[in-house]
Amino acid sequence: MKVVIIKYNAGNIFSVDCALRRIGVDAVISDDPALIRAADRVIFPGVGEASTTMNYLRSTGLDQVILSLKQPVLGICIGQQLLCSHSEEGDTPCLGFFEEKVVEFRPTHAREKIPQMGWNTLENMSGPLFEGIEKESYVYYVHSFYAEIGANTIASTDYILPFSAALHKDNFYSVQFHPEKSGRVGEKILRNFIFGPMEGAEGGVYAG
Amino acid sequence: MLAKRIIPCLDIKDGETVKGVKFLGLRSAGDPVELGKLYSDQGADELVFLDITASHEKRKTFVDLVRRIAENISIPFTVGGGINALEDVAVLLAAGADKVSLNSAALRNPGLIEEIAKNFGSQVITVAIDANPQEGQWICYLNGGRIPTEKILFGWAHEAQERGAGEILFTSMAHDGMKSGYANDALAELSGMLRIPVIASGGAGKMEDFEDVFVKGKADAALAASLFHFKELEIPVLKQYLHTKGIPVRRLY
Repeated sequence: MKVVIIKYNAGNIFSVDCALRRIGVDAVISDDPALIRAADRVIFPGVGEASTTMNYLRSTGLDQVILSLKQPVLGICIGQQLLCSHSEEGDTPCLGFFEEKVVEFRPTHAREKIPQMGWNTLENMSGPLFEGIEKESYVYYVHSFYAEIGANTIASTDYILPFSAALHKDNFYSVQFHPEKSGRVGEKILRNFIFGPMEGAEGGVYAG
Repeated sequence: MLAKRIIPCLDIKDGETVKGVKFLGLRSAGDPVELGKLYSDQGADELVFLDITASHEKRKTFVDLVRRIAENISIPFTVGGGINALEDVAVLLAAGADKVSLNSAALRNPGLIEEIAKNFGSQVITVAIDANPQEGQWICYLNGGRIPTEKILFGWAHEAQERGAGEILFTSMAHDGMKSGYANDALAELSGMLRIPVIASGGAGKMEDFEDVFVKGKADAALAASLFHFKELEIPVLKQYLHTKGIPVRRLY
């Protein structure tokens, strides 16, 4: 099983690599298009700002590499946001794979702190990414922007309002939370993505 | 619903947890990674590791430790102690720390908060404030509570937020070690005036103190050290108690 973590100008890549090693997966961190295209699974992680990271992806051509992938891809945090159509952060046109838009939390009460920082529950989960995850399991979030609920939403979380905890279309999956920092629940979700019957996987249900 | 966080804090000297931490069944009670893993398995929501190593030469030991923590522990962790410049932050984040905690360095050089926020984002910065109530004012202290400053808790916390802090960790020096509850009035005022999360520290002695700090003190997270280290209170028991009191806590982990 060849797993590639896309290397670009975003933080948190080391943490994702550590989490994969804890579940017995030796990933390669790379920005080489040939290596990325040859992987069985691709992870598009990151912590960063939308316009800066999008500019970097465009200038390196990684934007087109990502969109051309046929194997299962998992976007994490900013990775999920960049797969959407547009982000309010820096008024940034994103990769547009998911039709959902990314908007900023607007607190309605002083108790609603921004960023959402901490553990929140997963609701309305569907599909193999969440196989074996109990309802209302907690995952770790750090974010000020979120993808709205849409046709591709496969899990939601409520903070100020319900938003897309995870999205899925064809061979692309993404999560707003940090599975690499979400204890055993996060490890199970990563394991599901690596070893589960994801669309786009060899022998999977989606031939690409 | 966003859970209230329970955060054990570990003091580290020369790469080991400081003496006095009593834990049976650990290979080495002095190994911060072992202790951190144990807390993580018990349901701690985050961990804080404070380097109290005096000598500069031993600094590398702490960075190596941070890398081992990142490799072995699957929950977020904050590191603090000895951070004086942007370069210190870069090294710790590269080693896998999720956040850094600034205390005296932020008081001495508030511009450091902006520098870190600009380079790494606000989410990596916890500004820790040690304050003591004197003549009706909460005075902020430097150097682990040894040197008083002219800064007042509320003004300084607000300034830190405006400069780009992602969280405020407030320790009441008057409550610390007393085991008679957190500084809930000051915490509630702080939480009400800030738009970033507040972590309460200092004063936890029993389960009711945690209930109070979340309900009366309106804290987003509660930190404790000796209470957990000496097994006076275990996290699963505490979380079950808070759950029965209607406080949202992470229990499935």
